[in-house]
Amino acid sequence: MIRLVVNGQARQADVEPEMPLLWVLRDELDVKGPKYGCGIAQCGSCTVLLDGAPVRSCSVPVAAVAGKKITTIEGLAQNGVMHPVQKAWIDHEVPQCGYCQGGQMLAAVSLLQKKPKPTDADIDAAMTNICRCGTYARIRTAIHAAAAAATAKRV
Amino acid sequence: MNDISNISRREFLKDSALAGAGLVVGFHVPTAGAQTGAPGISGVEVNAWVVVRPDNTIIIRYARSEMGQGSLTSAPMLVAEELDCDWKQVSVEYASTNEHIRRNRIWGGMAAVGSQTIRLSQDYLRKGGAAARQMLLTAAAKRWAVAESSCSVAGGVITHVPSGRTLTFGDVAIEASKLQPPKEVKLKDPKDWKLAGTSVKRLDIPDTVMGRQRYGVDVQLPGMLYAAVAQCPVFGGTVKSFDAAAVQSRRGIRKVFTIDSGKVLVVVADNWWRAKEALKLVPVEWDVGANGKVTSESIRGFLKAGLDVPTVPVAKKTGDADQAMAGAAKVLEAEYYTPYLCHAPMEPMGCTARIADGRVDVWCSTQTGEGTLATAAAAAGVPLDQVEVYKMQNGGGFGRRGGSQDFTRIGVLIAREFPGVPVKSLWSREEDTQHDFYRPAALYRLKAGLDAAGKPVAFKARVAAPSIFATLLRLPLKDGIDNSAMEGFAEFPYQIPNVLNDYAQRDTHVPVGFWRTVGWSQNPFARECFIDEMAVAAGRDPFQFRRELLAHEKRPLGILEAVAKAADWSKPLPPGVFRGIAVTEPYAAFTAAVIEVSVSDKGEVKIHRIVQGIDCGYVVNPDNIVAQIQGSVVYALTAIGRGEITIKDGRVEQSNFVDYPMMRISDMPKVEVVIAPTGGFWGGVGEPAQAPIAPALCNAIFAATGKRIRSLPLSHHGLTLVKA
Repeated sequence: MIRLVVNGQARQADVEPEMPLLWVLRDELDVKGPKYGCGIAQCGSCTVLLDGAPVRSCSVPVAAVAGKKITTIEGLAQNGVMHPVQKAWIDHEVPQCGYCQGGQMLAAVSLLQKKPKPTDADIDAAMTNICRCGTYARIRTAIHAAAAAATAKRV
Repeated sequence: MNDISNISRREFLKDSALAGAGLVVGFHVPTAGAQTGAPGISGVEVNAWVVVRPDNTIIIRYARSEMGQGSLTSAPMLVAEELDCDWKQVSVEYASTNEHIRRNRIWGGMAAVGSQTIRLSQDYLRKGGAAARQMLLTAAAKRWAVAESSCSVAGGVITHVPSGRTLTFGDVAIEASKLQPPKEVKLKDPKDWKLAGTSVKRLDIPDTVMGRQRYGVDVQLPGMLYAAVAQCPVFGGTVKSFDAAAVQSRRGIRKVFTIDSGKVLVVVADNWWRAKEALKLVPVEWDVGANGKVTSESIRGFLKAGLDVPTVPVAKKTGDADQAMAGAAKVLEAEYYTPYLCHAPMEPMGCTARIADGRVDVWCSTQTGEGTLATAAAAAGVPLDQVEVYKMQNGGGFGRRGGSQDFTRIGVLIAREFPGVPVKSLWSREEDTQHDFYRPAALYRLKAGLDAAGKPVAFKARVAAPSIFATLLRLPLKDGIDNSAMEGFAEFPYQIPNVLNDYAQRDTHVPVGFWRTVGWSQNPFARECFIDEMAVAAGRDPFQFRRELLAHEKRPLGILEAVAKAADWSKPLPPGVFRGIAVTEPYAAFTAAVIEVSVSDKGEVKIHRIVQGIDCGYVVNPDNIVAQIQGSVVYALTAIGRGEITIKDGRVEQSNFVDYPMMRISDMPKVEVVIAPTGGFWGGVGEPAQAPIAPALCNAIFAATGKRIRSLPLSHHGLTLVKA
């Protein structure tokens, strides 16, 4: 039995230790936010935050994350209050099909934690997730907007 | 807050309720359903499009699919515009595909393909809204016993103007629903629109952002099993033998078997990863059939032979091109080539199906609910009206989830092996990449004759390409022409006195299908680059050259001029920066692009600026048009830069995003969008913007380097796209 903390809740799964975290979340725990896109850590649709850092859950064996805190897109809003990244994503109408956007938003959250005022170059370096609908221009705009909103809040 | 539900989810909810709470997590639980008389449903259906609840909230039905193109919002906007309700009252639900069949196709077209959702539904959507408005107004006037002409409607409220009395839609919905629908309704002049034509927030985005959106791959049902599939690597091949015993004892494995006369090897397990891992370990021998030696080169040779067939079906003929060519002062000839391409939506193919008691339920990401329904009925051997399709948000479509429906057929055939049990089949990315219905490869031979003054007197285009209509849809070709393969050549807008554009159908064993913008994604590369070659040969500016040849074509000319103006075509560029231009007429819309580049010694093509314009006639949701154009540019550049599916030993060589690479944010150039609607017609939006990108870019590369790019992708020419 492997114990995990998913979006603040203690969960457990009776699975093979090598099963990727993605499939434990999706098929065992019914957490569907992380998506399967490639299975080889190329696309980032399966991105989750592991103790706050983005990982591609399709390529992380569940045994490696036992006891760690996992945040999926479902757990990003706190007490019904959207994260500034989510708010910016809505304000700027970022998603098209939306399949990759959970991963995109979690990658953005992590970037803003490390760099509260990211430059375009920072965004290019950190945001490596694939979006086939081509929402990149709006992802960039929304990240800058979320950064500005967070700065305004601190002031 | 507008929410989205699905009439057909009533069944889903009922099933889930039996199995206990928690199973509907993430699905909208409709606070009220839509169908008059159905259990627990409190809304009143005024007509097929409009359901009014007693609390005066309104459900507008949406009949097609949502894959990110935004029509789930913009189609209901047209109903709401004529209904004169308050948009804040509105929620949207998918029309049930099963009800559609039972009610004599009451919701019209259900397919989200060919950029047609708005342009081919707008008339009946607006009439549906207007008819419901009229019935609600009549019901109120009757209740007050006043003349209808003394009543007005706004914001979902009917007012008797002389007395100031009011009734809401909810107050009179039941009476309205009993009235005969009006025989005729008068639609608003688009210039009087209040809602349509403004940027309205897409209704599905909040769910996506909160992680509540549900795609086909997310369906979760009680007792569900999971299937991984492998088709023969060589298209058309079958399983000769396999050894189930090798994996049967692995944890969670339920069954290892083949379906569809041995075409697909299947492993079903209690978790998809277990199924997929076991599938890799099943020893299997394939009978690859007759195509095991086919290569990209052999296909290219086959296409090339199509260029030399003396007589093939003619798509466009004006004057006598051969004679005019013989008398021309200058003759140009060139061959162009575009490769096979894979759709690669982020959500791979899949389908969940359950067969019980002679009935089939299918949950899937599909661009055509009716196509899914018909495919499921055939695969399960049940009548059409015994199938329900639960349309899920598509994790990208791009044409892959339209006509082929191979994923539905496979999913239903698998479910046949487990009566009463829902089975979710999901393809690996590798399976998705290697078993697509690819954007056809095409080879072009173009020829033009100019007179001594540089004026074109003759134009010829031969297209050698597979036919999607003949092979995928198995439709007879009218006059031997595949309309998709000849897009841009059959409706040739340039005024040249002698034109002969013809089509050599060259079908191969590689399956082909509709891919975002289809023929318009590739034919303009040949046409518009060759027009550029003609302009250069004539010593003319490529914009002015096109202007003159389009002088009689108001709309292509209009968008060409609008984009050239926005891109400052007449102004000089900084040293080292060069521009290209192209114009196209896809899907009843008109698009043009100007792209500015600089090219380094190392072959880096730096994109400084993209100005992309569209005239789609009427504009429903402008910000969504901007989004579609931004996305189209990415889809186009991804293909132009490095996109290519190649064949070796009869099979696809690429397998995943490592060898079929995708553009990322770091490559994304700035896109300036010009929306220049001229009204009077309804054009598409989702696809047309892609059409002029490849030629505008390659014409810019020519301007910068003097090197004419006549085949794609650019990587074959030592060129790499980079952001400025």
